[in-house]
Amino acid sequence: MSAQDQSLLTVQDLHVSFPGRGWRAQPKEVLKGINLDVRPGETLGLVGESGSGKTTIGRAILGLAPVASGSIRFDGEEIVHANPRRRRELARDIQVIFQDPYTSLNPSLTIGDTLSEPLLAQGLSRDEARSHVAELLTSVNLPADAADRLPREFSGGQRQRVAIARALAIKPRLIVCDEPVSALDLTTQRTVLDLLLKIQRETGVALLFISHDLAVVRAMSHRVAVIHRGLIVEFGQADVVTSDPTDPYTQRLLLAAPVPNPAKQRERRAELEKVRERERAMQAAAGAEAGR
Amino acid sequence: MTQLTPADVSSPNESAAPASAPPRSGVRAPLRNPLGMISIILLALVVLPAIFAPFLAPQSPELAELGRAFEGPQPGHLFGFDSAGRDVLSRIVFGARYTLGGAALALGVALVLGVPTGLLAGYYGKWFDSLSTWATNLIMSLPAMVVLLAARAILGPTVWVLMVIMGVLVAPSFFRLTRGIVANVRGELYVDAARVSGLPDWRIIGRHVLIVVRAPIIIQVALVAGVAIGLQAGLEFLGISSGSMPTWGAMLNEAFQNIQRAPMLLLWPGLALGITSSCLVLLAAALRDVLEDRGAEPVGASAVKAAVAPVSMAPDAPGRAGLLSVRDLKVAYTLPGGGDKEIVHGIDLDIAPGEVLGLVGESGSGKTQTAFAILGILPEGGRISAGSITINGQEVRGMPDAARRGLRGDVVAYVPQEPMSNLDPSFTIGSQLIEPIRYKLGLSRKDARAKAIDLLRLVEIADPERTMDLHPHEISGGMAQRVLIAGAMSCDPALLIADEPTTALDVTVQAEVLELLRKLQRDRGLGVLLVTHNLGVVADLCDTVAVMQHGVIVERGTVTDVFDHPQDPYTLKLMGAVLDGSETREAWHAPLEVAK
Amino acid sequence: MVRFVARRLAAGVVLLFVISFLSYVLLSLPGTDVGRQLLGQSAAQELVDAKNHELGLDQPILTQYWNWLVAALQGDFGKSWFTSESVLRAIGNRLPVTLSLMIGVTLITAVVSFAVGIWAGVRRGVVDRALQIFAVLGYALPGFLVTLVLVLVFAVQLRWFPAIGYISIDRSFVGWLSTVTLPIIALSIGSIAGTSQQVRGSVIEVMRQDYVRTLRARGLPMRTILIRHVLRNASAPALTVLGMQFVGLLGGAVIVEQIFGLPGIGSMAVKYTTRGDIPIIMGLVMVTVVGVIIINLLVDIIIGWLNPKARVA
Repeated sequence: MSAQDQSLLTVQDLHVSFPGRGWRAQPKEVLKGINLDVRPGETLGLVGESGSGKTTIGRAILGLAPVASGSIRFDGEEIVHANPRRRRELARDIQVIFQDPYTSLNPSLTIGDTLSEPLLAQGLSRDEARSHVAELLTSVNLPADAADRLPREFSGGQRQRVAIARALAIKPRLIVCDEPVSALDLTTQRTVLDLLLKIQRETGVALLFISHDLAVVRAMSHRVAVIHRGLIVEFGQADVVTSDPTDPYTQRLLLAAPVPNPAKQRERRAELEKVRERERAMQAAAGAEAGR
Repeated sequence: MTQLTPADVSSPNESAAPASAPPRSGVRAPLRNPLGMISIILLALVVLPAIFAPFLAPQSPELAELGRAFEGPQPGHLFGFDSAGRDVLSRIVFGARYTLGGAALALGVALVLGVPTGLLAGYYGKWFDSLSTWATNLIMSLPAMVVLLAARAILGPTVWVLMVIMGVLVAPSFFRLTRGIVANVRGELYVDAARVSGLPDWRIIGRHVLIVVRAPIIIQVALVAGVAIGLQAGLEFLGISSGSMPTWGAMLNEAFQNIQRAPMLLLWPGLALGITSSCLVLLAAALRDVLEDRGAEPVGASAVKAAVAPVSMAPDAPGRAGLLSVRDLKVAYTLPGGGDKEIVHGIDLDIAPGEVLGLVGESGSGKTQTAFAILGILPEGGRISAGSITINGQEVRGMPDAARRGLRGDVVAYVPQEPMSNLDPSFTIGSQLIEPIRYKLGLSRKDARAKAIDLLRLVEIADPERTMDLHPHEISGGMAQRVLIAGAMSCDPALLIADEPTTALDVTVQAEVLELLRKLQRDRGLGVLLVTHNLGVVADLCDTVAVMQHGVIVERGTVTDVFDHPQDPYTLKLMGAVLDGSETREAWHAPLEVAK
Repeated sequence: MVRFVARRLAAGVVLLFVISFLSYVLLSLPGTDVGRQLLGQSAAQELVDAKNHELGLDQPILTQYWNWLVAALQGDFGKSWFTSESVLRAIGNRLPVTLSLMIGVTLITAVVSFAVGIWAGVRRGVVDRALQIFAVLGYALPGFLVTLVLVLVFAVQLRWFPAIGYISIDRSFVGWLSTVTLPIIALSIGSIAGTSQQVRGSVIEVMRQDYVRTLRARGLPMRTILIRHVLRNASAPALTVLGMQFVGLLGGAVIVEQIFGLPGIGSMAVKYTTRGDIPIIMGLVMVTVVGVIIINLLVDIIIGWLNPKARVA
């Protein structure tokens, strides 16, 4: 049995380049051949640091980034070159939650207008949309009267719930979550993550969960992929990748995040130093090899 | 990632305070603004008579009685007569028709040309953007007056055609405005979200883009109308129109010819022109006040929260720590509408030499404001409203500015959160390090440079000499933070105040910077106040910790005590939200209704 | 830096070609019978034809443009159709008048705007509000109206300055000063209003930057921070506005020279354009566009020097 047969989304050898700035500048390759897959109802965690290309993967799947080559198949269908009409239809299946809840909601539209947007786009009538919006707000634990208010009246965590409700509105099969909690305070972050888990249990939606925080990804994911400089360096079961990684970069990433326990943190620090030394030794050896 | 901890000042408003209903209609709003009201009334006094000129004017604007030339105001002829014995009032009322009509035509042409092209160029970009931007730059490098004069030479003195050309010449102002805003909106996440929602482009433009462009364009219309009227009157003043038409510009020209004999003739057309253009610009200002504040975050809308009684576990006044001691510190901001808002409600802190204290809290807890208050660098409007701060035993409240400045850098140093924005983009790393060293230590340029290079070496920057000559945009965030730490170390301080020093950095870089801070602290016996929201960073670096919530310290103690046995409910909640070492999820299994 | 300047110059040359072509073609479109206009209604048709042939007007427009361009590239911009004066000489005689106005206005605008803008931006309060009012009025009132008021008050009523006329600087410096003072003030008011407003805005903006706070935390005095850091970073946007004002000033100069009877290229433009003297108009357009290109280039170079990040873009 291959994972391919079961997967909802399959990304193969994906390359994305952005045009360089200025005249005759070299294009900048952000993704250098990405392979990954998401199965129905699964959460795939994607971890990486800034500039690693993790956000670009999400945007490429959503059709918001220019794909240079490679394939993205959703439910067996190749969607890299989907035409605008097909792309709009795909909205029914693939949705998004962005990082920044302050700029992902239009400040001059009420919450109700924002939430009914995807419903109207799928051809619902205004009345149907309105009743559906009330349901959605309840499902993300927001009061029903929130529909008539503007985003500025809500806190970051509440706005992110609105963004989740918008993503859920047309019952998609996959939601790309791009750093959905990194702009939130610790306690708020926890409640939003719990909400996402609850929704996944209830609806069976698959999540591509993108984050820089290994601890958050560990808590959310079935499998985890680690991306570094446009390449996946490690991909496997969540508990394996986040507690016993084999790739040196993943090891460093794991050990670098401090834990709120002074004794444990001291051990981690020592271990990180060891990993670093090993890496330095390997680099030195490689350098000597090359020099010969 | 800069959004991680929004500035503490703005955050208290975030707590979902249902602000008063926002004004949703932009049409009647200017009427509620006194400036807008006056402008509209005055403009109506100009426009309405122009429309009803044939009924209102005392006589035909062309009727000349040479015998009455230069006669002053009299009943029936309120403004008197001009050099040809024509009634000035009639000419002004009829002149408004041509002056305002011409400006309106130019404005219409400019809108039709500028707005749609700006919309397309801003939204789709690519070749259309390049082409239209180039054309705009071309038009803008032409002096309008010369072009209009040339056009008059070719096309003859037909005012309306000239106004169309003027419309083309002022269209760039609309194009640039629209294009700029649309290009900005285009990059907003909510537009991406709308696209992912399956909205076609025309609906995204209609719903998300036009709503943002509308207000600035209305404002710009009022501004450009004022300019257009001025330009148009200027052309007529030069005698560009056929001369038979009574226009304000032509009247001014005629009055100017007779300036020695009857200077009063300048008054009426001058007033008409001046008042009309001033009103339009004032109306634009009023519209800006009314329209542009919508969608912005309300400032200080929520009421001051009732202060929770501070849990004071700190030693009493006699036992104040030697390096830094804060007692009952209150920080307040003056609200724009008058009144005060207290953000820090009386806190105590103590740091002994060589002690590292973590000040932990979520956004809006007042932790950053506390740090700024200790440094004496609160932003505009903020002040210490009560309490005492001693540094090395010296009370800093009420200390003269110069002495306070002496403490900064020498005794207390600051490491900010966001490395990039805290370096001046216009200066090299070297000159930004050398400047305070020379000022504070009085070193020569050469010695200061040597000292700066030493500092860069101290913070483990690989190639200090080369780094000295780089500009901030040429180095990475981690390196910029090292440079800022080097700057903080330059006068060998005893107390370091670090405000979220690693929040903006990647975890692997964060670990390196924490390592550096630890080494500096150990080697130099630094006292550190580490402001952070990250409990892991506290565990990594701090001896003691104070937990802050809503401007009050709720718990304090050694890091081991507080983290192992939290007492306060808020600390418990914080510790409970930590995800490190949490259970992973049970293994995935295919849902029952597996996809075909 | 050299590459940047070279690229901007190349773009400027392209712009010059495009504008010269468009102006020439548009100017020639209406097909007025220039020969007839020159010689009068009673002149014989043969003479009119001969005149048109002499001026090259019997050739297709594109050929006419080509001939003009080839000559212009060799430095020959032709002669006025009406006075037979060399275009270059005619413009050269009048350019110094306009240039001295422009330079005077730009200097005064720069000095006053930066002084007032920084003061208002740092001190805020009453100064700031006064600047706001001045800026609105300066922007709102048409320049020539302000000029008329100045003439009325200072020349007609108070008689401090002559109302009309020009004295060349090499004849008498004081005389020259008395003839250009009012025009320069008249032109400066509007551009000071716009520029000082921009300086104020950028100063307030820069004062809020994080690095200003960090510099304060290092113990530097406010005055040093203001002069070295705030001023430098606030200058770039202000200079951009100053550069844009220059184009507007050319238009303003047309009216102001006309009102004060100054023999500059502004009053020349009024005189010749109303007659449709194409060689002269083309010369004027070229001179102004070259001026605009040079000013924009200068502004960009200064901004690049002030702000190293702009050099990359």
